This record gives sequence, structure tokens and C-alpha cells, in this order.
Amino acid sequence: MQKNKLSDHLVLILGSLFLMVPVVVAFMTSTHAAADIHSNGLSLTWGGNFVETYEKVLTREGGFTGQVTGSRMVMNSFILGIGFALGKIVLSMLAAYAIVYFRMRFATLAFWVIFTTLLLPLEVRIMPSYQVMSELGLLNTYTGLIVPLLASATGTFYFRQFFKSVPDELLEAARIDGAGPIKFFIDVLVPLSRTMIAAIFIIMFVYGWNQYLWPMLMTTDERFFTLMRGIKQILQVWIGSQIPDYNEAFALAVLAMLPPVLIVVIFQSWFIKGLTESDK
Amino acid sequence: MAYVAPSPRFLPWLTRKPRPKVVAEGDKRVQFSSPVLPYLFLAPQLAVIFIFFYWPSVQAVSSSFYIEDPFGFGSTFVGMSNYTDVLTSAQYRGIALFTVVFTALVTLFSLSIGLLLAVKADAVIRGSSAYKTMLISVYAIAAPVAALIGMMFFDQHIGPFVEVASWFGWDMRVGLSYFDTAFAMIVVAVWKQVPYNFIFFLSGLQSVPVSVREAAAIDCKSGFRRFWTVTLPLLAPTAFFLLIINVTYSLFDTFGIIDVMVKDKAANNPITLVYKVYEDGFRGNDLGSSSAQSVILMIVVFVLTIFQFRFVERRIHYT
Repeated sequence: MQKNKLSDHLVLILGSLFLMVPVVVAFMTSTHAAADIHSNGLSLTWGGNFVETYEKVLTREGGFTGQVTGSRMVMNSFILGIGFALGKIVLSMLAAYAIVYFRMRFATLAFWVIFTTLLLPLEVRIMPSYQVMSELGLLNTYTGLIVPLLASATGTFYFRQFFKSVPDELLEAARIDGAGPIKFFIDVLVPLSRTMIAAIFIIMFVYGWNQYLWPMLMTTDERFFTLMRGIKQILQVWIGSQIPDYNEAFALAVLAMLPPVLIVVIFQSWFIKGLTESDK
Repeated sequence: MAYVAPSPRFLPWLTRKPRPKVVAEGDKRVQFSSPVLPYLFLAPQLAVIFIFFYWPSVQAVSSSFYIEDPFGFGSTFVGMSNYTDVLTSAQYRGIALFTVVFTALVTLFSLSIGLLLAVKADAVIRGSSAYKTMLISVYAIAAPVAALIGMMFFDQHIGPFVEVASWFGWDMRVGLSYFDTAFAMIVVAVWKQVPYNFIFFLSGLQSVPVSVREAAAIDCKSGFRRFWTVTLPLLAPTAFFLLIINVTYSLFDTFGIIDVMVKDKAANNPITLVYKVYEDGFRGNDLGSSSAQSVILMIVVFVLTIFQFRFVERRIHYT
């Protein structure tokens, strides 16, 4: 039994190392000077060049891109993440409210229209989506970056599921008290959904933050570059023997993964709950 | 229904509990009735969906029957020839084959590593929450970021993996050698997906009732056999759900990994079908072929969905 326990821990430690070491190495290496990385390779120890590297990445123009600074990219990533999360919550809460709480014709039709969006990932319809966007003149705008991503049913289903679990008595009581649909929504349902809204917000924020393909197609103007788009930029200078400044590339990667990692670690239980228990 | 425009991973209940007939009305005993309000509430969502989902999807289907003039002077109707061109091309078949192998390996390894870690994390008491935190912390790192870090580990100049491989006489050249690039892609894709599988397997394990575990412990001494005959069958629904999710992950969500690993220029490197859609559409400017490939992928997704509903959800039902 004792031996078994030991091997259990061994497996877990190996697993944790497998998953964690790349992240730690990326961070540690980013604190070394470029020349240092070139001669000594990746590093697991602190390099002492932290301030210089990150200051350069965040505030200087150039490097991998022509004119955009790292902080601008951080800001754009936040705009995309927050804008996407808020838009998602507003659109999907309203739609779910209509579907669950109203007697109406075409309810089934509306449900299916929304439901079908789950069938086709963005990746398989990128080309026509791009054309639609350029016809609408939305290339290189924040609207073009955010709004098309809202065209999916994820949030709607979350809220639909949640609203269905809200006891019917609440609505009955509210109606006896004379509350109309709008008052019920604002005064009862929204406050009740607070945790749900918060959970969806962080999940959607991470999803928006991590968008790669869409920003890559939508933005050619560097002012709209997100961090993910910046990573694409690293690749474009990394051709053959032309090697990028490893420390800056790592610093950009660290900036791009910091919010998702922090959010998952801090809101661990929400994440796990949101993922695994949402079928209740 | 797992594969989802955005990441499939936020929709588990859809796969877990498919509703044979979708009940969109009459869920509540009491409902409001209003001639305008519900439509008003639905309008923004539906507008976005129509403009940014249906319009492009319909365009994909329709332009798959045309050949676009490369200089933008109109297009010619060509019937099914885009499809036949794609399906008879040796290159496309090669990519399809790679996609299948890639999907199978990524799914196999990320599922088994996830399961192994979940079983162990479920077994230990001391430090279990610390392990859990470490194992899921990298869960939300974006695919391209994971791939960028992976690239550094497989880098010709500074990559420790290249050095380790050279000890065994393996001259690893990611980005130049087809096989080595494929290997690196699979490693990164597995790395990225393990935490997700871990979370689901662990929660599946923890929902096995204590009484069942105790009964199994009394009846069967061998831990391995107990796992094989009791725990694993109980995990089957979770495992099948994850199987579909992992397949769709490997097909679609690995786009960022592939784009980074080939450094934006596929050349002779292995790519998957989704990457080919992108490459032909944006690099090759071959709209017709790219659209035809999109439609083929849509059909693949559709078949997977049907498979999931018909086969997985009906046959495997232990809970």
C-alpha cells in the first residue's frame, strides 16, 4: 500500500512537471538577456533582466512589429476580451429570457436558429466570413473584431439552462405583486443570475482574449493588434536563419498567457463547476 | 453537439443530455405573453447570427460551386468540379490522412494521460488540491501561445528537446523534416489538452458513489482489476463525451498550434484539413476550392454530431 502511494505521487509529480515546466521556463527565460539565451539556451533560473525586457516589450515600438507597442496590444486584448464577454452576456441573457419566459410563436424556430450555430466552428467558414466583413467595411475596427464572434449560441444555452432551474414560484409571486416582464427581469432575474453572470464573464473573457484566427484575418492595421496577433508577428520575422530576440518573444508569450493562467488558478472552482456541472 | 463555433469545452451539457425533442416552449408553468417583447429580446442575438453566421455559411456553400476569377472579374459556375478536384487531389488526400493520424494520436495520448493523472489525483489524499491546481493551471493558455513555447523547446539553437534527441542520435529538425514537425505538433497539442481531460475524468471519478467503491474494494483485491471492471465502465459516458470533444479539438482548435509550428509558411510541413482551408482561401486565393473544403468539413462535423447523438448517447448509459 505504501509503495502504491509513492508511485501515485510520482506520477502526479511527473504530470505536474510536464504541464508546468514549459510555463515556468518561458517566464524565467524571458528574464534573461537575448545574447545570454543564445549561448546558454532555455533557463530555469532568474536572469535579472526582467525590467529591461518587459519595459522594452511594453513601451518601445518596433521589435516584431513596426509601430505598435506591447502595452497597446495588451490593451487591445483587454478590449476584445471584455467587449466580447459583455456582448455575449447581454445578447444571450436577453435571448434566453425570451425563449424561457415567454409564450410565443416561432419559439422552436428561434431556438433551432440559435442552436445550429453550434454546428459550424468559425474555422470552417473563415473565408466567407472575411468577405462578409470586408463587404460591410468592418475590417480593422473593434466592431469587426468583437461582434462576429458573438454569433454563437454558447452563452444563450448557459443562461437558458440556468433560467430553467429558477423556481417557477418566483415568477408567480412576482406576477401576483404586479411585476411586468421587464421589472421581473431587472429586479428578480438579473440579481439571481449574478454568480452565473460572473462565471460566464470570466470564461468568455478568456475565450475572447485567446482568439487567434479571427484577429489575424480582421486586422492588418497594427493599431488593432492583440497579443495573439503579435505572436503571429513573431513568426513572420522568424524565417530561416533570421532568429528573433528570444527574450522578447518569450516576454510576449508570458504576457499573452498571464491572464488566462491567473484566472484559472484564482477561479479554479468556478471553472471546474462551469465546465462539469453545467448539465444540472 | 460538442463542436461548437467557439470552444466546445464550455458546452458539456449539450452532449451529456441531448434532448430527443427540443422543448423550447412550455418549460415554465407560467409564462409572460406579449406580442412584441420576446421578439425584441431575441432580435439582437438573431441579427448577429444571421449576419455573421448564416450569411457566410450560405456563401460558403454557394461559392463552392463557382470558380472565382483571380483578378476579381466575376465567377463561373462549375457545378461539382471544385469538389471532384479537391477529392481526387493526391495532396488533399495526404493532408486528410495526416489529419486522421494526428487526430487519433492526439486524442489517444491526451485522453490516456488525462485519465492516468485523474486516477492518481483521486487516489492521493495529501497534497491533492495542490496537484489539482498545478495540473489545471495551464488549461486556458491559448493554442498559439502553447505552440510558441513549444517551438522554443524544439528550436534548433536553444531547444532542449533537440539536444536530448541528439543524445539518441535523432537529428531533430522541426520545421524542415515532415516527421519531426508532426512529432512536435502532437506533443504541443497533447500538452494543451491534458488539463481539460483531467478535469472531466476527475469529476467523473469523484461522482462514483462511495458505496460502489466500497463494495468493489471488498469484492476485488486487485486495484488494477477493480479499475478495469468497475471504475472504467462507470467512466464510460465521460470518456465518450471526451472522445468527441478531443476529436473536434484536434480537427479545429489546433489551428493556432499548426500555424505557429509551421511558422506561418506550411511549405512541406504537415498540416490539417482546417489549415488547408485557410491556406487555399487566403494564400492561394482559391475561393472555390477553399469553400468546397469548408463544406466537406461541415459534413464531417455534421456526421460527428449524428454519431454522437445516435451512437454514443444511446448505447452507453450507465448512470
